[in-house]
Amino acid sequence: MTVDITRLQPGESGTVAEIQGGLGFTRKIQGMGIRPGKRITKVSSHFWRGPQTIAIGNLKVAIGFGMAKRILVKVER
Amino acid sequence: MKINKILLMGNPNVGKSAIFSRLTGVKVVISNYPGTTVEFAQGKTKIGKERPLVIDVPGTYTLEPTSKAEEVAVKMLKDGDLVINIVDATNLERNLYLTLQLLERNIPVIVALNMWDETKHHGIVIDVKKLEEKLKIPVVPTCALTGEGIKELINRLPKARALKMQFASDGERWKRIGEIVEETQKLTHHHHTLLQRLEELSIKPLTGLLIAMGVIYCAFLMIRFVGESLIGYIFGPLFERLWLPLMMRLSTFLGQGGFLHHILIGNLIEGKIDFGQSFGLLTTGLFVPIGMVLPYILSFYLMLGLLEDFGYLPRLAVMADNLMHNLGLHGYALIPMILGLGCNVPGALTTRLLKERREKFIAATLMAIAIPCMAQIAMIIGLVGQRGGKYLAIVFSTLFILLIVKGLILNKVLKGQSPEIFIEIPPYRMPQFMAVIKKLWMRLFHFLCEALPFVLLGILFVNILYALKIIGFLAHIFAPVLTNLWGLPKEAISALIIGFLRKDVAVGMLGPLNLTTKQLVIGSTILAVYFPCIATFAVLVRELGIIDMLKSAAIMITVALLIGAFLNLIL
Repeated sequence: MTVDITRLQPGESGTVAEIQGGLGFTRKIQGMGIRPGKRITKVSSHFWRGPQTIAIGNLKVAIGFGMAKRILVKVER
Repeated sequence: MKINKILLMGNPNVGKSAIFSRLTGVKVVISNYPGTTVEFAQGKTKIGKERPLVIDVPGTYTLEPTSKAEEVAVKMLKDGDLVINIVDATNLERNLYLTLQLLERNIPVIVALNMWDETKHHGIVIDVKKLEEKLKIPVVPTCALTGEGIKELINRLPKARALKMQFASDGERWKRIGEIVEETQKLTHHHHTLLQRLEELSIKPLTGLLIAMGVIYCAFLMIRFVGESLIGYIFGPLFERLWLPLMMRLSTFLGQGGFLHHILIGNLIEGKIDFGQSFGLLTTGLFVPIGMVLPYILSFYLMLGLLEDFGYLPRLAVMADNLMHNLGLHGYALIPMILGLGCNVPGALTTRLLKERREKFIAATLMAIAIPCMAQIAMIIGLVGQRGGKYLAIVFSTLFILLIVKGLILNKVLKGQSPEIFIEIPPYRMPQFMAVIKKLWMRLFHFLCEALPFVLLGILFVNILYALKIIGFLAHIFAPVLTNLWGLPKEAISALIIGFLRKDVAVGMLGPLNLTTKQLVIGSTILAVYFPCIATFAVLVRELGIIDMLKSAAIMITVALLIGAFLNLIL
């Protein structure tokens, strides 16, 4: 099943399936190491549509809510 | 080949600056890249008999620039002789993307595999020999914190090679990286260290908020403690015991009056020199920047440097993102604000981190209105603090409420949306002592160079204005606003005039006016709000453009008029 990052539970992992957006947006996200096929884990999500933090390997990234909505992840539930 | 210019390049947060400070001596120059406000550091290193230049290039993820800083990094690449590519060993895969892009250029590259000591805690095993074979360039494991591997790095610089590799597409690059990582890196299971646990706790919503409040509270306690101790034990006695007798002798020598006495020593208060109120170049002119402000600047930048190097600030930015979002900014805009607490000039320079015109405008206006610099804070603490902590609280909470209200209004009124945060959260690292001290020294040096001339100039200026009776004339013109609206004596105009030059001197000028506590509170608040000092103003004109700056200034003056009147009514 595929969900966006905001729908992951803290501690839940998934595989990046798709990054929805223009070339600039996808390049920015990919430059940070978030690419289709990469395994990511949700670390935390802040109240009131706040930033989402995820871990990819040893890297942690904070992503605004709207951007996180455009990154789709495949999860086993 | 002779190496003249060595470029240090790498992703942000890979310990580039720590390696830089290992390679270079104390003589480091911070400059702006021509035509931009992107700062970079350069210094000289020693290889045998040669003394090549080392440049700390702004951190970049790719060579296809997505920001001003990255554009500069790419431009700098053109006139370097050699690149030391700093790679974070704990994040091999993502870091190698830049490495491959560098290898496509016609410039010799050597890799410093930094954070080598941390791979252990992360359960990462990297086969360096194999990585060298795969990349076909030298790879040296380093640990900037301890200096491990730096010698070997320097020894092997001549072995750096330019490969001029070619990749058809991004996908090709990532595929190659995948192969390299697959063959050279093994991941084993590892236990979380205490720091790693703390890392997680500090970005979770609830624990993170508690930690943030704790850190801010402790930071302020430390700043006050260090600042007060420095004044109490070092700077205070220095001025009272050494400088005062000297100045008293000079005063007697000058006959305790006359023009020169007035300029150098100032007015005697009950027959004595009062460093806070005399307003001579050699008395108040030296005492304000060195005796009152420098101790707080030192303690503030020490604390900031430690928090920066420990890696806490990005976490604070994440925690503040929600609040900042409502002010039309994202969490990262907190960084210019925090820097602005030290001095508004670097704060204003840092607004370049913000990409949109709208956020720059909001951040700059909010900072200029509601963030007093440490020089001003130190003076307010010195002056208003004497009347009781309650009044300090009134001044600073007024400023904080202004910050929030202004932000909410600007965010509603201005077209456009709040931008979103997207930042890497680096792991916690123990700060490197020398790097912290070096940064502290550069900031203090910068403060003394900038502040001292301006303070002296300001005091000279005000003495001349008094002598020419210009202040009396202006006081007469602005009397309605000052007395009727704000409830201040009309002589306070002198402080407002000098506030354009230096805010700390301006607050100091309220001292000799014998103000009531209420007037002092209103005066200090207005001085913080009404206009930035000239140095900040100049930077903001450059960053925002003259038109946006004029709009911003109009907002500031309006707010000052309103808040002054408001405080006058309710206090």
